[in-house]
Amino acid sequence: MRYIPHTAGDVSEMLERIGVKNLEELFVEVPDSVRLKRPLDLPEPLSETELLSELKSLAVKNATPGTHKCFLGGGAYHHFIPTVIDLLVSRGEFYTAYTPYQPEISQGTLQAIFEFQTMICQLTGMEVANASMYDGASACAEAVLMAVRLTRRKRVLLSRALNPRYREVVATYCSYLGLELVEVAVAADGRTDLGDLAAKLDATTAAVVAGYPNYFGVIEDVATLVERAHAAGAKLVTVVSEPVALGVLKSPGELGADIVAGEGQSLGLPLAYGGPYVGFFAVRQKDLRAMPGRLVGETTDLDGQRGFVLTLSTREQHIRREKATSNICSNQGLCALVTTIFMSLLGKQGLREMAEQNLAKAAYARQQLSGAKGFSLVFDGPMFNEFVVRSEAPAAEVLRRLEAEGFLAGIPLGGDYPELADCFLVCVTEQNRREEIDALVTALQGGAA
Amino acid sequence: MTILGTSGLVLNEKLLFEHSKPGRKGYSLPKLDVPAAKLPAELCREEINGFPELSEVDVVRHFTRLSTWNYGVDSGFYPLGSCTMKYNPKVNEAAARLPGLANVHPATPPHLAQGILELMYRLQVALAEVSGFAKVTLQPAAGAQGELTGMLVIRAWHEARGSKRSKVLIPDTAHGTNPATATLAGYDVVPIASQGVLTLEEVEAHMDDDVAALMVTNPNTLGLFETNIEAICKLVHERGGMVYCDGANLNALMGIARPGDMGIDVMHFNLHKTFSTPHGGGGPGAGPVGVTEQLSPYLPAAGVERDGDRYRFEPEKTDSIGRLMTFHGNVGIMVRAFAYARTLGGSGLKHASQMAVLNANYVRARLEGVYDLPYKRRSLHEVIFSDKDLPGGCHTLDVAKRLIDYGYHPPTIYFPLVVKGAIMIEPTETESQDVLDEFCDAMIAIAGEARDNPDLLHQAPVRSRVRRLDETTAARKPKLRWEANP
Amino acid sequence: MEFPEELKYTEEHEWVMVEEDLAVVGITDFAQDALGDVVFVELPEVGTVVEAGKAFGVVESVKAVSDIYAPVSGTIEEINDDLVDAPEIINTSPYEDGWMIKIRMADAADVDDLMDVEAYQALIAEES
Repeated sequence: MRYIPHTAGDVSEMLERIGVKNLEELFVEVPDSVRLKRPLDLPEPLSETELLSELKSLAVKNATPGTHKCFLGGGAYHHFIPTVIDLLVSRGEFYTAYTPYQPEISQGTLQAIFEFQTMICQLTGMEVANASMYDGASACAEAVLMAVRLTRRKRVLLSRALNPRYREVVATYCSYLGLELVEVAVAADGRTDLGDLAAKLDATTAAVVAGYPNYFGVIEDVATLVERAHAAGAKLVTVVSEPVALGVLKSPGELGADIVAGEGQSLGLPLAYGGPYVGFFAVRQKDLRAMPGRLVGETTDLDGQRGFVLTLSTREQHIRREKATSNICSNQGLCALVTTIFMSLLGKQGLREMAEQNLAKAAYARQQLSGAKGFSLVFDGPMFNEFVVRSEAPAAEVLRRLEAEGFLAGIPLGGDYPELADCFLVCVTEQNRREEIDALVTALQGGAA
Repeated sequence: MTILGTSGLVLNEKLLFEHSKPGRKGYSLPKLDVPAAKLPAELCREEINGFPELSEVDVVRHFTRLSTWNYGVDSGFYPLGSCTMKYNPKVNEAAARLPGLANVHPATPPHLAQGILELMYRLQVALAEVSGFAKVTLQPAAGAQGELTGMLVIRAWHEARGSKRSKVLIPDTAHGTNPATATLAGYDVVPIASQGVLTLEEVEAHMDDDVAALMVTNPNTLGLFETNIEAICKLVHERGGMVYCDGANLNALMGIARPGDMGIDVMHFNLHKTFSTPHGGGGPGAGPVGVTEQLSPYLPAAGVERDGDRYRFEPEKTDSIGRLMTFHGNVGIMVRAFAYARTLGGSGLKHASQMAVLNANYVRARLEGVYDLPYKRRSLHEVIFSDKDLPGGCHTLDVAKRLIDYGYHPPTIYFPLVVKGAIMIEPTETESQDVLDEFCDAMIAIAGEARDNPDLLHQAPVRSRVRRLDETTAARKPKLRWEANP
Repeated sequence: MEFPEELKYTEEHEWVMVEEDLAVVGITDFAQDALGDVVFVELPEVGTVVEAGKAFGVVESVKAVSDIYAPVSGTIEEINDDLVDAPEIINTSPYEDGWMIKIRMADAADVDDLMDVEAYQALIAEES
């Protein structure tokens, strides 16, 4: 076995040094009654060649933006990934290290996280960001829990236009904490309904949670949500699933949000059937100590050189145990590094340019579709790179027909929104060329692709 | 004796923001092929204040230099106890990057993602076989989220029976995630003392009809097998509770014994420990959870099931605890773990566990008598020493820092909390006798230095990129981001 | 280590100085030494009612966190704001500049339950 270096000679020499006769004796503490008395029933070992060939045979059975014209979004986005990223994160010093518990030999990871925290603050307009969370949905759940800690209130209002998966994860995390989760309706423009919000917001409300852009691709009026939430003494949690949008949109921090939780996949991570992705999490300075997750801070060493360390860890489970701000241990380190490299390559101009291209391509697609026979646009609020399309024919049938023509045309919405049973969510990014968009419009109308 | 250590060039490197120059670009996008669109001005931001502007070369050099300040398993021996820092096979990295696995959108209809679903299904089956559980969910992102999943499953099972039990028993040797998780699942934590291993009497004394579950780790964080586990599980069950097992230390037991056969009801795996997926500088990992048949209705939505030669997601289960992640979990990590299990096969996994236990006991044999060994029972995959009797005013921290000068990543220190000044060494199976001998020689030399020249320990490390850092100031005056004009 | 004779002590390592019906409270030299460099202190607001034996605040070092318990019942009269920006005062001057809170006592008899310096030193000898 090429990963295990022991020769037969090594093994017998080591056993002798330990003072046991054979390997069996090493397991003397494991009672006979719980021993497995048969070999594990798993397939035979494979050589490297056989392994790769088996995996390739599995890989070719899956549709990708390489095999299909892809217009899927809904919380995971097909964006440009600069070649540089994978080559850099493939350096063993990055990906085979662990959490930087020993700062003297972990300055690479620590400085990169400090840069990540800085860029998340710049992007979101917030004051403090942590070292990352598992993904957007779990970050959103942690944001809800933090708002509950800060306000000592028990009622949480979740916009119905917030990604349904995120709402499910919030519900799971809060299952047994005695919280009341209340849904706020969607208005005709696709934004959170302010009337319904006013009716449900009260002095027991800990947080109002809304997407930015929301699940329908519509840009919420965060400033108004902040004003309403604050008037009731509640926190406003802004959830960003598509951070490329922040290349053009006003930052949640600038609009007054208290907590920003988001999904970083758009910033350089491959789609990977849903993970690993990376959650980001940013708050106000004054709320720092209620924040979950790891934090890296700047300091100096014995010689006065700048260096970085994990800090404020008394909030965390390994010290505070049952009183910790969260049970989270590791962050999503390597994924945070990916987004750090992505943001440094794209930089100030690049993120704006990418955002503007998404905006323009989605607007073009909407405009082309608005005249398409049998289809209409559902919401009229301002949108970024996603939008909801209503079809006269059943949505599932339309999407199935387009698959056969080589399109992954959208995500059906009926399962999550019975009122949108005939609708699907279309996403257009800078990766979709104009010809692809035109072909989609033609194919939807039954024309040749 | 070989002194390793970092003696290559240590290039200085500023922060990204300090390299930035207006107008530099590190990217290229195709020319826009549709008319530009505008949002209403009140929705738009100014430029992203402080965001860097760098060339591609700037970025490549920056991160290459940063990487050289890190120590990974690829750099050398990394005996971080309880973290199972085994070698991360390179072919697994190649596998996860195959376009047909890396570039699949999570909303792709299942009939167009059959390859990935098959892989997930087969990994579920393999993990179930290794652990002895009936059903496995792959969704949790990490060990701590796996714990939450498991505790929510236990709670859901109780609630379904109308049981309102409110307490969870946790031994003092447990990882901090265990009590933090129990709290998140709405339970009160009752810590229980262990004498190296849990005794039936100790569990019995606390096991009343308000206890929902006992959380154990087996082998525990002292590297010892919980010899009374069967009797303990039986007792907990008789009194209406469930037993959760933290699977952090499964690397000791593959093919030897299965938690499911011991009476344990729920366990999480750490694919980044036992199944060789990289630790990534602190994630991403994956924390699948295995459960017994009676708990399977409560698993998160939705597992993968097989129907003839087709694979699909299970239909919605009414009793499920719900969802933990936006999509299907860390699939890229599952691919690597699957590749590992396929490469080793059943016999290889057992061999890995045997060699892991052999290595830990070899290190123990070489260092016993040099360092204090607080627990004398046979070790499994890791061994815990302490700094008791260390001369020269030297403590565990000093030994750890001095190891850096010898070219090693230090072991886990000051954990578990029940051992004062703990030094927790987990070599894993991928290290050779030669590596272990050199490491043990270094440990012995350091004990000698503590006696003859303790200042070498107090001043260490001196060969690293930075020396000991001022963590007190970092915590008193937190500086958590770069600012142009602080 | 220093333990002023005029003070009263608790098993949780707080000290108390009684000035008529006011109790000034801090943590002992032993406690600050065991914690190490103090990096953060969380104190209650003035006017908060505290109960003898219940936690009123938190003191943290880099790697440890400890609750601080009220030695007597009463109402918080004053807190030491200087500690918020300079928690290190607790290390350098635990009995003087490092005082934490002043409690207006509800029942002056609470003081009778506290230890004198001999009893406290005996306790420490036992713990260490």
